Amino acid sequence: MTTEQATADTPVTQDAYAPSRRDRTFGLIQRHGATAVLVLLLLVGSLSFARFPTGENLGDIAITSSFPAMVALGMTFVIITGGIDLSVGSVFALGGVLAAYAVRWGTVAGLLVPLAVCGVVGLVQGLLIARVRLAPFIVTLAGLLGARGLLLSISHEGATTYLIPHGTVLARLGQGHLFGLGYPVYLTLVLFVIGGVVLQRTGFGQAVYAIGGAEDAAALMGVPVARTKVVVYVLSGMLAGLSGALNAARLSSGVTILGTGMELDVIAAVVIGGTLLTGGAGSVSGTIAGVLLLGVIQNLINQIGDLSSSYQQVVSGAFLAVVVVAQTYLSRARRL
Amino acid sequence: MSDTAVALPRPAGARTLAWLQNYGVYAAIAALIVVNIVITPHFISTENLRTQLVQVAPVVIVSLGMALVIGTEGVDLSVGSVMALATALIPLYLGYGVGAAILVALVGGVAVGLVNGSLVAFVNVQPIVATLCLFVGGRGLALVIAGGRLKDVHDTTLLDLGSSSLVGIPLPVVVAAVLTVLVAGVVRRTTFGRQLVAIGGNRTASVLSGLPVRRVLLLVYVLSGLLAAVAGVLATARLQASDPSSLGLLMELSAITAVVVGGTPLTGGRVRVLGTVAGALLIQLVRATLIKHNLPDSVAQMVQAVIILAAVYAARGGTGR
Amino acid sequence: MTDPVPEQANAGDPPLLEARDIVKRFTGVLALDRVTLSLRPGEVHALVGENGAGKSTLIKVITGVHRPDEGEVRLAGRTAGFADPLDAQRAGVQAVHQEIGLVPDLSVARNLLLGREPRRALGLIDTRRMHQTAARTLESYGVRVDVRLPLRSLGVGAQQMVALARAVSVDARVVIMDEPTSSLEPREVETLFGVIDRLRGQGIAVIYVSHRLDELYRICDGVTVLRDGRVVHQGALADLDRLRLVSLMLGRDVAQVRSEGVTRFSGAHEASGRPVLEASGLTSRHLLDDVSLTIRPREVVGLGGLLGAGRTETAKAIAGVLPLDAGGVTVAGLPVRRGSATAAVRAGIALLPEDRKAEGIVPTLSVRDNIALAALPRLARAGVVSDARIDRIVETFMKRLRIKATGPHQPVAELSGGNQQKVLLARWLATEPKVLLLDEPTRGIDVGAKAEVQALVDELAEAGLAVLLISSDLEELVEGSDRVVVLRGGAVVGELTGDELTEEGVMTTIAAHTRENAG
Repeated sequence: MTTEQATADTPVTQDAYAPSRRDRTFGLIQRHGATAVLVLLLLVGSLSFARFPTGENLGDIAITSSFPAMVALGMTFVIITGGIDLSVGSVFALGGVLAAYAVRWGTVAGLLVPLAVCGVVGLVQGLLIARVRLAPFIVTLAGLLGARGLLLSISHEGATTYLIPHGTVLARLGQGHLFGLGYPVYLTLVLFVIGGVVLQRTGFGQAVYAIGGAEDAAALMGVPVARTKVVVYVLSGMLAGLSGALNAARLSSGVTILGTGMELDVIAAVVIGGTLLTGGAGSVSGTIAGVLLLGVIQNLINQIGDLSSSYQQVVSGAFLAVVVVAQTYLSRARRL
Repeated sequence: MSDTAVALPRPAGARTLAWLQNYGVYAAIAALIVVNIVITPHFISTENLRTQLVQVAPVVIVSLGMALVIGTEGVDLSVGSVMALATALIPLYLGYGVGAAILVALVGGVAVGLVNGSLVAFVNVQPIVATLCLFVGGRGLALVIAGGRLKDVHDTTLLDLGSSSLVGIPLPVVVAAVLTVLVAGVVRRTTFGRQLVAIGGNRTASVLSGLPVRRVLLLVYVLSGLLAAVAGVLATARLQASDPSSLGLLMELSAITAVVVGGTPLTGGRVRVLGTVAGALLIQLVRATLIKHNLPDSVAQMVQAVIILAAVYAARGGTGR
Repeated sequence: MTDPVPEQANAGDPPLLEARDIVKRFTGVLALDRVTLSLRPGEVHALVGENGAGKSTLIKVITGVHRPDEGEVRLAGRTAGFADPLDAQRAGVQAVHQEIGLVPDLSVARNLLLGREPRRALGLIDTRRMHQTAARTLESYGVRVDVRLPLRSLGVGAQQMVALARAVSVDARVVIMDEPTSSLEPREVETLFGVIDRLRGQGIAVIYVSHRLDELYRICDGVTVLRDGRVVHQGALADLDRLRLVSLMLGRDVAQVRSEGVTRFSGAHEASGRPVLEASGLTSRHLLDDVSLTIRPREVVGLGGLLGAGRTETAKAIAGVLPLDAGGVTVAGLPVRRGSATAAVRAGIALLPEDRKAEGIVPTLSVRDNIALAALPRLARAGVVSDARIDRIVETFMKRLRIKATGPHQPVAELSGGNQQKVLLARWLATEPKVLLLDEPTRGIDVGAKAEVQALVDELAEAGLAVLLISSDLEELVEGSDRVVVLRGGAVVGELTGDELTEEGVMTTIAAHTRENAG
């Protein structure tokens, strides 16, 4: 048998692909750019503004970031499969209104109703995408309109604002603090840990990556493509609904006009966090860095005071452009 | 395979879908109008028609640019932000005259288009991502420029743009109509127009045929930015105010809907200019009908969602095989 | 390893895999015509044939992608009606494709073990054990890499080895390798052969698809030659000499080669003057190696060689669409900017691509718009196209090329293959090119249209064009060309003119032993 000999004489070590310095630079920007800039901004902010590094202010950043973070977690899964979910902003608002509406039957209902309804919204979208094979972009665009229509009809065209009474368990879930951090912050952290484990350590997570990387190959390798896609959109819907419900709890009411344009901010955060919009690569840790980065920029701009908060959008838009260009160069280098 | 070239027979279902894709919009508009004449009082009044048309004019103008972009198998999410940018720029330059202010607003739109187009054509970024950057950043920039405030516009010449009429037709509607004819002419009669649909239809073949693919793509996004800026100027004139925080919100979605409902496939290779206008009109008509009958906006939105899905489904069935 | 087919020990070496009388039609076209193939355990079987011979269809039937219209696939003596590729894989039939069926962004270990990852408590993946298992498995295939790296960071050879290791480690009984060596370095090929030997020892049957004769003769036992969906030869490879194998693949019996042609080519043209096209030193890693050629006006130069020899790549390099590492092209003495299709078209180079559907027609447009596409700038004034001029040109070419359509506005997607090809020819002729590169101009079109296209090529050369003709139809190549340049492995290995230019001559040049692959 020539096996031993072949092994000994001609090892196929990797030599064909030696990443250039430029590729490695782009790769680093893509994966850790958000974290690096985040650290840098925290440093600059702490040195520049006395009020920035206080526990209260940081806690504020954490709680305001926790709601988009939950939505971004679901979006990360969706984008890694190569899809997109434009409906999350509407579903977020829908979740809030449903929670405020259903809290009359108790806290459990206040959480379960939005989770269930938003999960169904995700399920319908997932089925249209995975089974009927319509483009995710269009299906979730319709979902965006449909979910907002649904929430408007529940709230009598926005005329009725359902309140979450103070003192209910749901309100406390949204408003309570532990060690200076709001409960939703802890919940977000737990969800991200679970999300990370699911993505890295379960068959489902492997399927998510494989589908986004090469759908046909994944199918040939035995990955349940359609089922995984459906689950991913259900997850995204449920997380957006949960986030909306908790946000409503924090605000004590289901505000109907929330979440407009949120989907694209969330997508921006996910992409800044290093998840490729073409699918197949990304991480939940990057996503949390992306969300926090946007939150910190917003906070710093508020610190400057006389600066309009709109600078946050300008900066995140510019940062997004840098990340996207880096990603594109990276994938081009990869193709060669 | 025989060389007798007749259309391959297609199953009846597919033919129906293809018909729906091509003419469904017009049929739906006609049906709605008939229904309205019967059930809606004062539907045919000039006043009502004027209101409807003035409201839909900016959507039509933005949709024209979007149709060109989608024809190349792209998409432009930044159109709403461009409108905001245009409206933010106007009050700053009104001091130099209306012409200067409008010119600056249009230049702003072109600049956004240049950035989008460069990212798509030269850096090869996916269109949806490339235009997402300016979707996020564009409105922020507009708010920064405007100092985050709503400003009333008092310049009478500019306001005339929004309220005056030409032989009884409101000026915004005239502008939209003229632009429609122009864009239709560009698509049908210019090298650029023919090349852009070819690029959307088969990019590899276009490259092999020596088409200036990058230049065409760049120009397409510039045109989309320009048209969105025009819509921004008209909307500013009509609202008599510059409000960059809300002008053009969700415009990208309305425009995409109009284009898709009008029978332009998202997969590119075809641009239906008249269909796009009809798509915008149809959605406006649906909303107006529902509102006139005291059906809430929520229902209108859900109906719009169903229309989009139906249009995409029809498009898939009509050309998918 | 024990014998994987213990059930039928009495017949000595019963077939492990059997395809019996397979018939497969696609929209009326017969792709496979009663093809039979059988493999014994431990046999390495060569499956050869030119493009369109039915190899890939047969593989797809065996692996469950397609269902046969007639006949059956049997595995270990039992009917195996695979519902889909997954079903086939579960039964032990694994295919390792040319374009690797793995996920480039996932790590090497995850690719290797996807779906079979070692687990620990709560069903979570045990990453450490996964990496160990993967590293150990790959080492036995001679691949020593950091298995935590994304697959794409590996060389193509190593990636292919990972794909192979994955295929084999899922209890494979039959492994199908489709052009496995096309992007391997020589020493990687050696490792691959070592692995194949090991599979043989384990009683696994291998179907080996390749056009590299040296390799076939080195490792294959049996051979099946397909042509036009039929088996034209089956037997032990050792009994078949190289020239005979090539002639079987190309469909030309060595004895018959001398018989008169039936093509519509008129014969030699009076090539004259200085070369219009000069391509020198075209080089692109793994694809082209220092290819040079010249074509004069009124000359048809053929490119000969088997599939994967670099013919299409040469044409694409000249047309500016294949990125080059070295080399350049001049037209009428003027250099053409490298890597720009637009520059090439402007210089007068026209490429009729091999894949009409993917690279040629714009399916959403009409016949008229497809014809006018490349010539638009010259049919327009100040960017506005003249409908009258387009109509005139379209009418002229539709008539001249006898394009059969209901009219210029019929969608091009509705035309037959032959007419689509003529539309593409018309597209180029409307630009008044100097050099015409024809890549398989008559493939997949019916006999009548084929003759017309051949006559047209002749006529165009007569009219002063320089033509490069690529054709797998050996007769067409020899009859149609004034000179044939033969490629193998991306390099020029011979040039035939005058009396040497015979089908036998071309086949002999193709079949000649290659030195570089011997060691």
